[in-house]
Amino acid sequence: MSEMTAPAPAPAPAPAPAAASETPLLRIWREFAESKVALFGLALFLLSILAALLAPWITPQNPYDLATLDIMDSRMPPGSVSMDNLVFLLGSDGQGRDMLSAMLYGLRISLFVGVVAVALALAIGAVAGIAAAYLGGHVDTLIMRIVDIQLSFPAILVALILLAVLGNGVDKVIIALVTVQWAYFARAARGAALVERNKEYVEAARCLGLKRPRILLRHLLPNCMPALIVIGTVDIARAITLEATLSFLGLGVPVTEPSLGMLIANGFDYLLSGVYWISMFPGIALTIVIVAINLVGDRLRDVLNPRLKR
Amino acid sequence: MLVFIIRRLLQAALVVAVMSVLVFVGIYLIGDPLAILASPEATEIDREEIARALGLDRPLWEQYMAFIGSAFIGEFGKSFVFGQPAMGLILERMPATLELAFTATIMAFCIGVPLGVYAGLRHETAAAQTIMAGSILGFSLPNFWVGLMLIMIFAVQLGWMPASGRGPTIEVLGIQLSIFSAKGWHHILLPAITLALSKCALIIRLARATAREVMLMDYVKFARAKGLSERRVVGVHILKNIMVPVATVTGLELGALIAFAVITETIFSWPGMGKLLIDSITQLDRPVIVAYLIVVVFMLVAINLIVDILYSVLDPRVRLGGAQ
Repeated sequence: MSEMTAPAPAPAPAPAPAAASETPLLRIWREFAESKVALFGLALFLLSILAALLAPWITPQNPYDLATLDIMDSRMPPGSVSMDNLVFLLGSDGQGRDMLSAMLYGLRISLFVGVVAVALALAIGAVAGIAAAYLGGHVDTLIMRIVDIQLSFPAILVALILLAVLGNGVDKVIIALVTVQWAYFARAARGAALVERNKEYVEAARCLGLKRPRILLRHLLPNCMPALIVIGTVDIARAITLEATLSFLGLGVPVTEPSLGMLIANGFDYLLSGVYWISMFPGIALTIVIVAINLVGDRLRDVLNPRLKR
Repeated sequence: MLVFIIRRLLQAALVVAVMSVLVFVGIYLIGDPLAILASPEATEIDREEIARALGLDRPLWEQYMAFIGSAFIGEFGKSFVFGQPAMGLILERMPATLELAFTATIMAFCIGVPLGVYAGLRHETAAAQTIMAGSILGFSLPNFWVGLMLIMIFAVQLGWMPASGRGPTIEVLGIQLSIFSAKGWHHILLPAITLALSKCALIIRLARATAREVMLMDYVKFARAKGLSERRVVGVHILKNIMVPVATVTGLELGALIAFAVITETIFSWPGMGKLLIDSITQLDRPVIVAYLIVVVFMLVAINLIVDILYSVLDPRVRLGGAQ
């Protein structure tokens, strides 16, 4: 994520109303913080990122270290104690892995895939959309036709077929997600850029004799960012869900790097015999992360939407 | 209008062509169907024979041309695995998928619209807030996980519903359907709820947003001023105007629902074409994958076209231009 958000806010020419002395970023934060629910969502999201980053240090067990696993510990219900006196707070899976540890590691992969895929999709989509809006003509028609056709297909289907062709792997899941998601950003960026294109600062930049790429990237792009950030936030949730779904079908991440979706799939085999925790807890974790992101995205949409400005 | 339809159909044909090439090449690259089809003990001669029988010994472009040639006369090749025409396999399983998708759509619509309209009209009340919170949860919940949890609660713990399969079907107008028997409903209920959940959330949000917009319109104020009963204002004036966007979105989402049925069908072992697709992907059954895609692309284009035309009928302000 950092690679995308870092260059964004800096060059934005702030059309601050004369009365307000606060910077735009501060204003956005103040308005965002007015909603307690959104703050709660943000806190949850940051917490889950923190948990994912710190997973190797805070988990009771390294779920990938086969030496620490004991098959005797497999499918223990939540709260039971393992052979080497480890408490399985959320139970253990088919291989005797501590579910809590496996989930935190899974969260790492889920979040990584979601954030990287959205960042790449945003970058590609933004450039394509802004180029389409600014250059117009055939470039515009071509890009938007591709976007239209792609958006008329359900994302899940495109990703499914792509992964069937590409095979398993974290990198391949990211490719598939970027492929299905860049179009949303391209469309939004084009819409925003069409409005911005006719504003005076763009004309001023053009009069200064600046080169096209510079106008596109340094002047138009930053001003299209609010719209893209809103979509981007919600899209992280969508990407994570999609990844989980694909992994559940066995077409996503490989077995060696189980994401939350993969963990749920693993539990599916035991579900019918009443072993519920292997599927249930990763699903709850997944839901919490997605709800948190959606709450933040919902609020951001309200705050950054110029039409709703009070 | 005619120009519009023709343009759409041409576009669809192009998409199908591009897609078929990509899938053909892509699946060719990932693996050799022979490795899966031929038994491990098969001799080299046996393998060659299978390859020749399926046309796999020829170069890729020849295979593709042969495929295209026969596709034009309605032949989509035989499934490597089943040995039957791929298109026949898909069509045979289509009623099950469509039945599931339509049941889910109707469920989502019938539950979503009233809740959404209520939340829009009484948006200050606690009930409305609860509905909206529920809708956020509705589309945040990972769909496939909801399916698993429903199986866990209703099939494993309570034992009320079967966990998988379609149950007995009854032939109606030559199509095997399960919604006409109590047993069939038993089987379809859980997968349909799973599939309907996120769409229901979407419809609630949309109906609420439109209801709030429509509520402020002059004709609604006028209807109130005329002294019409609240029931008539909501039931006729508001509801009718909400229907245009809601029906459009519901229709457009039907395509996504059919695609998403792939997952639901896999979880509930529902014998539809989505499950066939997943099985075919794992077995590299190229003709079936391509045939599935062609059918789905065709259905998506048809749905979009019908929705667009209906939209222009429902809302006279919309004109379908042949131009951009």
